[in-house]
Order: sequence, then C-alpha cells, then structure tokens
Amino acid sequence: MPAITRAEVEHLARLARLALPDDELEHYAGQLDVILSSVASISEVAAADVPPTSHPLPLTNVFRPDEIRPSLDTDEVLAQAPAAADGRFRVPRILDEEQ
Amino acid sequence: MTDPTTLTAAELGGAIAAGDITAVEAAEAHYARIDAVDGAIHAFLHLDREGALAQAADIDRRVAAGERLGPLAGVPLALKDVLVQRGVPTTAGSRMLEGWRPPYDATVVTRLREAGVVILGKTNMDEFAMGSSTEHSAYGPTRNPWNTDRIPGGSGGGSAAAVSAFMAPLAIGTDTGGSIRQPAAVTGSVGVKPTYGSVSRRGLIAFSSSLDQAGPCARTVLDTALLHEAIAGHDPLDSTSIDAPVPAVVAAARHADVRGMRVGIVRELTGEGYQPDVQARFDESVELLRELGAEIVEVHCPNFVHALAAYYLIAPSEASSNLARFDGMRYGLRVGDDGTHSAEEVMALSRAAGFGAEVKRRIMIGTYALSSGYYDAYYGQAQKVRTLITRDFEAAFARVDVLISPTTPTTAFRIGERLDDPMAMYRADLATIPSNLAGNSAMSIPAGLDSDGLPVGLQIMAPALADDRLYRVGAAVETALNARWGGPLLDKLTVGGTR
Repeated sequence: MPAITRAEVEHLARLARLALPDDELEHYAGQLDVILSSVASISEVAAADVPPTSHPLPLTNVFRPDEIRPSLDTDEVLAQAPAAADGRFRVPRILDEEQ
Repeated sequence: MTDPTTLTAAELGGAIAAGDITAVEAAEAHYARIDAVDGAIHAFLHLDREGALAQAADIDRRVAAGERLGPLAGVPLALKDVLVQRGVPTTAGSRMLEGWRPPYDATVVTRLREAGVVILGKTNMDEFAMGSSTEHSAYGPTRNPWNTDRIPGGSGGGSAAAVSAFMAPLAIGTDTGGSIRQPAAVTGSVGVKPTYGSVSRRGLIAFSSSLDQAGPCARTVLDTALLHEAIAGHDPLDSTSIDAPVPAVVAAARHADVRGMRVGIVRELTGEGYQPDVQARFDESVELLRELGAEIVEVHCPNFVHALAAYYLIAPSEASSNLARFDGMRYGLRVGDDGTHSAEEVMALSRAAGFGAEVKRRIMIGTYALSSGYYDAYYGQAQKVRTLITRDFEAAFARVDVLISPTTPTTAFRIGERLDDPMAMYRADLATIPSNLAGNSAMSIPAGLDSDGLPVGLQIMAPALADDRLYRVGAAVETALNARWGGPLLDKLTVGGTR
C-alpha cells in the first residue's frame, strides 16, 4: 500500500496553495510516496516518555523596550511589490463577487 | 606584485593594511579571475562591481589616512544569495524572487561592512537552500572546480566553488543540514557551521528556522576563523541569537596543538554506506591525530541512524510554514492577476510558477507531516528523536573534547546523477545533519583526494559554544597534512587551464 495516494497529494497541494497540473501531481505522488516510506521508520523509535525538542536553544520570550524607531522606507518597499497603488500593496479581489 | 587571488585572506588583509596592495587592486584582481573562470563554474548569480569597488576605494582612503582597520579590511568575499543585501538583487536561487532588491541589509552583511570586507557578489545555491548539489537552483547548476562534470555540493555550492577556484578568499554560507560543510568537503575547502544562535539570522531568508545557521567558508582554517569572528555575536534583532561572548576562534586557529585532547570517532558515521576512499582518508586522519598527540576514543551515538528521517520531517515542516510568505502579494513573482482570479487563486498560481520541484516536494511533505492525524506519528515523533540525538551528543561530549567523522559518505557525484532520486540526494547529508538537529558547532576540512582526484572532507564536531575547539583541531590537522602534501590541497587545482 502506498504511504500517500494521488488524491491526498492533490489535497496537500491545495492546502499549500500550489496550483499543480495533473501530470505534476502524478509525478509528485510517486516521489512523496518514496520519501514518506523512507522516513516512516521514525515511528518505530521507542520514545513514548521522551520530551520533544522544538528548538536547540531553551527559548524564552525576548523583550525589547517599546520605542518608536524608523521603519523601512515605504517607497523603497513598494517599488519591489508586484503591484502598488496609493502608497499600499495592490492585491487581487479577496471576496467573492456577490458582496 | 603578487597576484592577490593567490593569497589567503589573512595575507591579503595584512598586505592591504601595510599599503603593499590596495583594496581596489584586490577586488579588480578577483573580478578578473571571475571573468576568466566563472563561465565554466557558474558560482555567481550577480556581481556588484560598482558597489564593491566603491567600498574598496573607501577602505583605501581610510588606510591612506592612517586609520587602523580590522584584519579583513579590503578583503573580497562572495555572499550566498540567501542573505539580503540592500539594493542588490537577492533570489535565494528561486524564480520567485527574480529581480527583487531587498530594502535592508542582513545583520551578517552589516557586520561584514563594519569589518571592511568587500562583497563581490551573490553566489548560486539550491533554491531556498534545499538541496545538496546546487542543481536545484532556478538559474542552472554550479560546477565543481575539481571536475566540471561533478556537483560542487549544496546548497552553498556557489560559495564553496568561489573560494576553491580562487574567485574569492572568503565566502558566507548557510547550513541547515550540511549546506556549508558538504560543499566544503567536495570542493577541498574549509567550512564551519557555528553553534546555532551564534550568528544572526536576521536577513537570512528562512528555510528551517530552528536549524538554519550562517557561517564562514574559506581555503584555510585561520581565514575561516577570521571570518567567523567578524560575523558572530549577539544581535538584538534576532530573538534566537545567543547573548554570550564569541569563542576565541582566531586564537584557537593559531594554537594548532591537539596534544592531550580527546577525540571521539562516531561509530555510526563510518563503515557501511561510506565510499572506501572516503573511509581510507578518514582512517588516515585518525592516525594523524594520534601521531599529533590526541587520545582517540570510540563512541556510539545509536540514535544518529534516525537523524536523516527526523531531519526530513522537521526541515520540510518548518519550510512549509516559512515559505507561506511567498504569496505574490508584497514582493516576488505574481502570476494570474488579470482580474479573473481571486487572491487565493493568484497565490496558488504564483507559487506553482515560482517554486521549483524540490521546493514543492518539501512544502508538500511538510504540509503532510503537520496535518492533523499525521502530526504525532511524523513531526511529533521527529521532535522526540531530536531529543534523543541531542542526548547522544551530550553523552559523547562528556567523554571527549571533539567528535570526528567523514563529512560526506561519498565524494562529489556527477551532475544529474541524483536529480530524480530525492532519497539518494538526501543521503549526502547523513553525517552533517546530527549537528543541525542538536545545534552544536561543526567544521569540514580537506582530508585528501579519492582515486578520481576528488576531495574528501573530515568533519570535526564540538559542543555548543565550544567552536574554538574546531579551529584548534582543524588547524593542527591542516598543518600536518599540508606538510605531508608539500602545500595546501587546493594548490593542486587547475581551473580552465589556469593555475
């Protein structure tokens, strides 16, 4: 049985906001199956009572004084945007037509 | 005048400070070298001639005015294209960021400027640092200066190729699973992954935030130490930056003495799966360390066999989250914005067009490992294995000062050989990944050549914040091997018929 089906890959691509054509989905399904089968052995490591490590450093919240500081230059930032208007990022419509 | 490209960074910095060579002459000589050989290598994605020469001229003015500058003032450097430099095109090897000019400098770039280091240009890399061969760059592969049919390692193949082909004496890399050390190993150069948190990640385009670490690449251990000292140190703008003094790495590189040191061989990182020539050079290095007065101890790190699996769940999981920022809205590529598609559709079309195959694979693996129903079995379990690997290191470092292994299981493989076999590609990082998972420091130095004349790397690993031990051991091995070889390994390299 494959570790992952084509339908699951299609679902993952949708979750990850990747508009993949059918032939690419087919290609990745095979490769992801190989990769996931190879790493699946990790579930056999006996580690029930082992705490997880999310980070190599014992992280605690790092605070700084809440002071006003210069931010990035708006014009310089917007010059790098795909589209800008009125000193803002211009984006495609985010709501459906009917509203 | 000596050709500045043949000098080490330490020598070149000394010559510039003494007024024997100007920083402008040094930069121009390296650009001439790049013009002569980079057509065959493709280490650079962008050259900032104007900016570099202006910076060099400024150094020369300050030297002439009698100002005392640091040891690397005026020395040229190649910067991996994953670090942002204000106004200079930065792509991370991806179509997604083609033509993007960052509005700020990475802290590493700021530190380099403060040290007077002259940034020649940006180097090629696997897209978003995902890969072990630089073949996953959207701008075409970099070639290994030792044999242009071979990969230069990855993801920082451009940086390693630039220093080994004498196009720059120094380079910056980033190491998430071995992306500084593995390229160093297969190109016969030196590379260090500093302790996690000791070099700021601000302005380093994130791949896997709990693993990513920028570090130095060079041709000698001393040059690597000088660059390490220049870029390391606490940065309040990176909340994962360690607020601790930088270990005395330059002093250690000048103290090439391993007498009385305990050196551990990691049994799990030798033998099966390692190319016989790689194993042979490693065994010779062990013998050499013994002759130099180190005590050799065999250690077991039983959980290292699970490191690859843990890494290929943790890194893609973090990547799937980090790369969500590339949505075509604020910067980078936007596709399908023709009035007929919603923002969500434009995001999906932009990401499908802007990301290459390896990045898409990893984003989907990460999305899978983090999805409900699979989280405990994959990501959660990988985090527990990470704890076990860290404990293996702690137990080992309780017995020894440093650990050693081959840096890579094989020497440089052929371009194209592993491109469609992700698992074969991933195995290149077998020996380097454990140090990323645990966050300790590690170095690769040249250990000789295989029967095809390709470089073999020796990996040295030290505890977190004990990076100085890497340099002490590395310098001792380097000195002894250079004496044996009659000069540095890279002096044997000719590129495109020159030198």
